[in-house]
Amino acid sequence: MSFSVPAPLEARLDELVTHYPVKRSASLMFLHALQEHFGYVSREAVEWTAAKLGLQPINVYELVTFYPMFRQEPLGTTHVKVCRTLSCALAGSAALREQFCKKLGLDSHAHAPQTTPDGKFTVEFVECLAACGSAPVVLVNEDLHERVTAQAAEKILSEGSRLEGAAKGKTPVKGASGAAS
Amino acid sequence: MSAPVTPPATAATQAAPPPPETVTVKVNGKTVQVPKTMPNWQGKPEATTMLQAARCAGVDIPHYCYHDKLPVAGNCRMCLVEFGTPMIGPDRKPVLNEDGSPKIARSVLPYEPGTPRGAIACATPISPGMEIYADSPATKQMREAVLESLLINHPLDCPICDQAGECKLQEYSVQHGQAESRFVEAKVHKPKAVDLGPRIILDDERCVLCTRCIRFTKDIVNDDALGIVNRGSYNTISAFPGKTFDNNYTLNTVDLCPVGALTSKDFRFKMRVWFLKETASVCTTCGTGCNTTIGSREGVVHRLEPRANDAVNGPWMCDTGRLNYKWIARADRLKEVRVGGRKSTWSTALREITAKLSTAPAGSVAIVASARQTNEELFLLKRLATKLGAITDSIAREGEPDRLLVSGDRNPNSTGARLTGVSFTEAGIQLPKIAAGIASGTIRSLIVFGEDVTQHGIDASLLAKLDMLVVSDILPNATTEAATHLLPGAAAPEKRGTFVNVKGRLQKFHKAVEAPGDARPEIEFLQELADAVAGPTGTSTIEGLFNRMTADIPAFGGVQWSAVGDTGVTLSL
Repeated sequence: MSFSVPAPLEARLDELVTHYPVKRSASLMFLHALQEHFGYVSREAVEWTAAKLGLQPINVYELVTFYPMFRQEPLGTTHVKVCRTLSCALAGSAALREQFCKKLGLDSHAHAPQTTPDGKFTVEFVECLAACGSAPVVLVNEDLHERVTAQAAEKILSEGSRLEGAAKGKTPVKGASGAAS
Repeated sequence: MSAPVTPPATAATQAAPPPPETVTVKVNGKTVQVPKTMPNWQGKPEATTMLQAARCAGVDIPHYCYHDKLPVAGNCRMCLVEFGTPMIGPDRKPVLNEDGSPKIARSVLPYEPGTPRGAIACATPISPGMEIYADSPATKQMREAVLESLLINHPLDCPICDQAGECKLQEYSVQHGQAESRFVEAKVHKPKAVDLGPRIILDDERCVLCTRCIRFTKDIVNDDALGIVNRGSYNTISAFPGKTFDNNYTLNTVDLCPVGALTSKDFRFKMRVWFLKETASVCTTCGTGCNTTIGSREGVVHRLEPRANDAVNGPWMCDTGRLNYKWIARADRLKEVRVGGRKSTWSTALREITAKLSTAPAGSVAIVASARQTNEELFLLKRLATKLGAITDSIAREGEPDRLLVSGDRNPNSTGARLTGVSFTEAGIQLPKIAAGIASGTIRSLIVFGEDVTQHGIDASLLAKLDMLVVSDILPNATTEAATHLLPGAAAPEKRGTFVNVKGRLQKFHKAVEAPGDARPEIEFLQELADAVAGPTGTSTIEGLFNRMTADIPAFGGVQWSAVGDTGVTLSL
């Protein structure tokens, strides 16, 4: 797969560099923009960023691995973020996540977000989604679902499975860019 | 950045520098005067730190991430110490105790004055009157806590770890650790046996994330190849996926690593370090002459490590030089004295050579020496040559220099060969003359040390014309094949001697292992030969010979063997 950044995006990023006293400072903005465009930050995107900013790829890779909001793999069409912070945890978010994972055949104990092989779903356990009053909450792509019950979870899954899976690494995924982490 | 060598010495003509400004501090209750500034990792003066001041007082503050020759990172927290500073009253005057001594305010948390607050000794500058409590209960408690934290996810696999025996984690655990672990949770597992590059294996679970390796490769080698990926307790040292950590200095990270995370593929699982005998030596791979420590056991060399010498190599050495020892143990080493192609004895061979040389007409002998030989050997060869009216030379060996340590001159002792008069400004310039002399029949005997002259214009057909071909070498080659008298010699770790590096540093090296079979250090049989042919030197020891040489050759300035320490002396050339 060849990696190419469209000219308008590149022009926007080139202009962005001029806002900073040192080129390196633009690293995060580059990664955000590339993830927004491609849906995830690929190895090629890291190398491209490094070359653009006069850095070594490892310098950029450190950032990509530091922030969980940067994805190194394409995400599923439906990205389910289950809140794990206090009030959601008390309201049963662990069981909710377990339910999602079990239904989709994913490992509920894994540390990182997981995507189904058909590319339809990604399930992730995330920190506070800032809706503690209506725990447990789940963010499905950019839609917040509050007081999510087992039935509501089923509905999310059935709606999601009607959508077509994102082909790995080709279709830019909507709503994949660094939403609340 | 600057290369890790000391800045050039100030010229003798300059006025003596003013005495350095000092600051008085107390370390563990002992008053010491320390310089206000001390050299930083680049050798530039910078405010003296608590760690450096403590060192001046003979107190070693434990640390992992701090290293004299690397930028300060201050991330391991091991060097946390409690300290105090003189109290200043509202009138900006020092507050005094009843006995008139300055009142000291101990460092405490600003919001919790009962709790001592440590500062990292590696990065905190001293101030006048400061007191450093490197042994106080609070300091000890901080150290114990830091060590406990560093050991949380450590695999504690010391029995199979290569670093065991020279591991800071072990040493500090003995001094500051706890016998029992309070940790009941599951340890975080990280990548093990990561193939970081052609010479390095990384065990991320043993890593304490001090970043010495990252700083070394970035700031010293200029190869920004390593970084820390992931975060929190998943922090991991890594190269960019798919890229290898492969520069000519990677093995220094193994020395730098205070724990067993970075290991050398060459040395990994080969030998427990406490069995190794350490011998001070000098690398023979190029004209820089990096100081080394040879680790050997029962006559076998197991590893070379750089030995710190700011006048030559700093604390580093290149990977090429470090791994250039395997050939010493090669099975095809020359181990027998051979006369006329048959196994013989030293006494027979030396008797025959002496007889032949003693009656050789002037100009009928030529000598090709090697700039890999020691000064003492070259001095004896030159003595022989003078007596015999022999034409001498050595052979140049050149390669690409780098910006750090590797010299373009790949002989360890070209300077010595020139100083002893064996070779001239340009090594090898006399070789065509020697070849012509053999061809015309004026040169009847040739003495070759450590070089294959068939590669340098004196081919086998020319060698066949000689009456006598004396060859001393370590490994077989076309010249040793043609020898009438073959004298097996010794590699540098098998003998003692001195070299002069490309910058005129005269350096001594010691014997670590025995030469195999009948092979002997060249100095021994050369001395016999030179004494028999050219008259006695009046000494039978290497020390005596060295002193004789330095007295005879003005460039050595009469320096005595005993005055050349293990880090050498600089000759004024």
